Amino acid sequence: MDWLNIILQGVLVGGLYAMFAAGLSLIFGVMRLVNIAHGDLIVLAAYLALVVTETLGINPLLALVIVVPLMAAIGYALQRGILNQTLGPDLLPPLLVTFGLSIIIQNGLLELFTADSRRLQAGPIEVASIQLGGGIAVGTLPLIQFLVALIVIAGLQFMFYRTAIGRAFRATSDDPAVARLVGLDNAHVFGLAMAVSLAVVAIAGVFLAVRTNFDPAIGPARLIFGFEAVIMGGLGSMWGTLAGGIILGVAQAIGAQIDPGWQLLAGHIAFLVVLAVRPEGLFPKIQT
Amino acid sequence: MSAAQQEFHVAHATRSSRIGIAVLAAVLVVLAAAPAWGGRQELRLLAEIFSYVALASLWNLLAGYAGLVSVGQQAYVGLGAYVLFALTMLAGIHPLPAIALAGVIGAVVSAPVAGLIFRLRGHYFAIGTWVVAEVFRLLASQVSALGGGSGISLPVGIVMSIGSSRQEREFIIYWLALAILFAVLAAIFALLRSRYGLALTAIRDNELAARSNGVDVTRVKLVVYVVTAFGTATVGALIFLQKLRVSPDTAFSVNDWTAFVIFITVIGGIGRLEGPLIGTIVFFMLRQTMADLGSLYLLMLGAVAIVVMLKAPKGIWGYVADRFGWQLLPLERRLIIANRQGDAGTSQEKREER
Repeated sequence: MDWLNIILQGVLVGGLYAMFAAGLSLIFGVMRLVNIAHGDLIVLAAYLALVVTETLGINPLLALVIVVPLMAAIGYALQRGILNQTLGPDLLPPLLVTFGLSIIIQNGLLELFTADSRRLQAGPIEVASIQLGGGIAVGTLPLIQFLVALIVIAGLQFMFYRTAIGRAFRATSDDPAVARLVGLDNAHVFGLAMAVSLAVVAIAGVFLAVRTNFDPAIGPARLIFGFEAVIMGGLGSMWGTLAGGIILGVAQAIGAQIDPGWQLLAGHIAFLVVLAVRPEGLFPKIQT
Repeated sequence: MSAAQQEFHVAHATRSSRIGIAVLAAVLVVLAAAPAWGGRQELRLLAEIFSYVALASLWNLLAGYAGLVSVGQQAYVGLGAYVLFALTMLAGIHPLPAIALAGVIGAVVSAPVAGLIFRLRGHYFAIGTWVVAEVFRLLASQVSALGGGSGISLPVGIVMSIGSSRQEREFIIYWLALAILFAVLAAIFALLRSRYGLALTAIRDNELAARSNGVDVTRVKLVVYVVTAFGTATVGALIFLQKLRVSPDTAFSVNDWTAFVIFITVIGGIGRLEGPLIGTIVFFMLRQTMADLGSLYLLMLGAVAIVVMLKAPKGIWGYVADRFGWQLLPLERRLIIANRQGDAGTSQEKREER
């Protein structure tokens, strides 16, 4: 029963990791860009939520109403202003520019908020839980977070395959030159893709900030978790990404149970094993 | 010139490279004599500069030539450091041979790692290297014999075995740093002048074209990855022999051993042997004047790297080389065709970009 409980908690955390991963996966799918600053943008969203909740005195979950559009706007501006200039056949510019961005965000946050670790207070919901019987209980907040992750993944899937903007994303992904020929403004489409990516980042950042303490330096580790979920799930598959996130969450939960020092290591090892055995991921959609 | 027999050879040197070699030789002599003219502070700073030039040159070989953009080279800096501490403290080996062994072990470890992360294409390779570095860091913090998560200092007995007096030790470590830098640069130079160098330059310019011309791209990349790991682990061991203390967070620091190294290479000129030299000089000049600003300094460094990448992607030396055709080291390949029957004056030159 104990192990069942541990695995269940791991699955719920996996939803958060899937949200880290979804935005990363989306922009890679649309414009083959790997954003090294992705984790730092999650932390930036957490700090924005902190400022919003402290100035307006509202619940962090309500702050999403402000933080999500704000991050989406930042994403659009970032893509149009800087990142579009780096796209091309050469791998170096996008990697190095987003790496530089990562350093800028980390040190900017350090300058503004110091290295102290912070946390968002969500009120009584933080400690509420639901009894499932058999001595197993799930926290209300982790459950909400997991359900939100499901909705986000389903929403992205719907947007990608059922809407006009999703069609534009897929078109530029398949062939940017032809997409331009049929009248798409690629720069704008890429801007929108980054806006959607950072909207998801905003949701992930707020849930991260309610769940654990955060400080300006924790971004890179979130990038790595998201990345591992994407690769384990298989490139281009949103539901695969969710599965990847869950595998990572469960592996970490089991590792932590064996020895607290093994929590992160167990997640990385799960990733390396999948990479060794099934390099295309568990549920691949596109071949690269 | 119909069926005239032609003789040809490949020339490397230019006027600027002859001057460059002379200048470098003079600088090397002055630096080798540094213990005679410099104080303790200067020697420490110079040794640190040498380490960064070496790390940046190795990263440049990896990313600039082989197209393997790694953000996880701290894996090998840290590995080298930990191997040095393990060999000296647990196996009782003298520190100097331990540094060389650290390089060997770095190379041995890097081969299976490459087998795993080479499965990741392009961009994802970069983050894969970072995962490897994280795994190494977490494993290092599990080794309780080397201080676990909080790290450990090198015992006095081992420090004394390098040299009996403090001055003697400082001189030995300084010369060692200079020698390792020289060896790293010479090895990269030799590699670039060899057939591998031609293959690497081809891969740098166009991987697909290189492949279709018969270059075994995967093999060349594997060789470069392992050679780079060897060098990086050696430099890592040296850096921490100088620091005398190792901990997982300092040994596997992404800021110190990757971010700075990338900025140095990008600012100096990626894909050019001279780039890391120029970049390190700029980096240390900025650091000496602005390090007091702390995180603002890092923020600015990130911004400078972005601007350089967007506006002058070849960096300072790339600009200079394109503008004036200079090269510090004779790496250029020019095909010189002399017509045996014709007059010597019409020898043709075909220049190839380095």
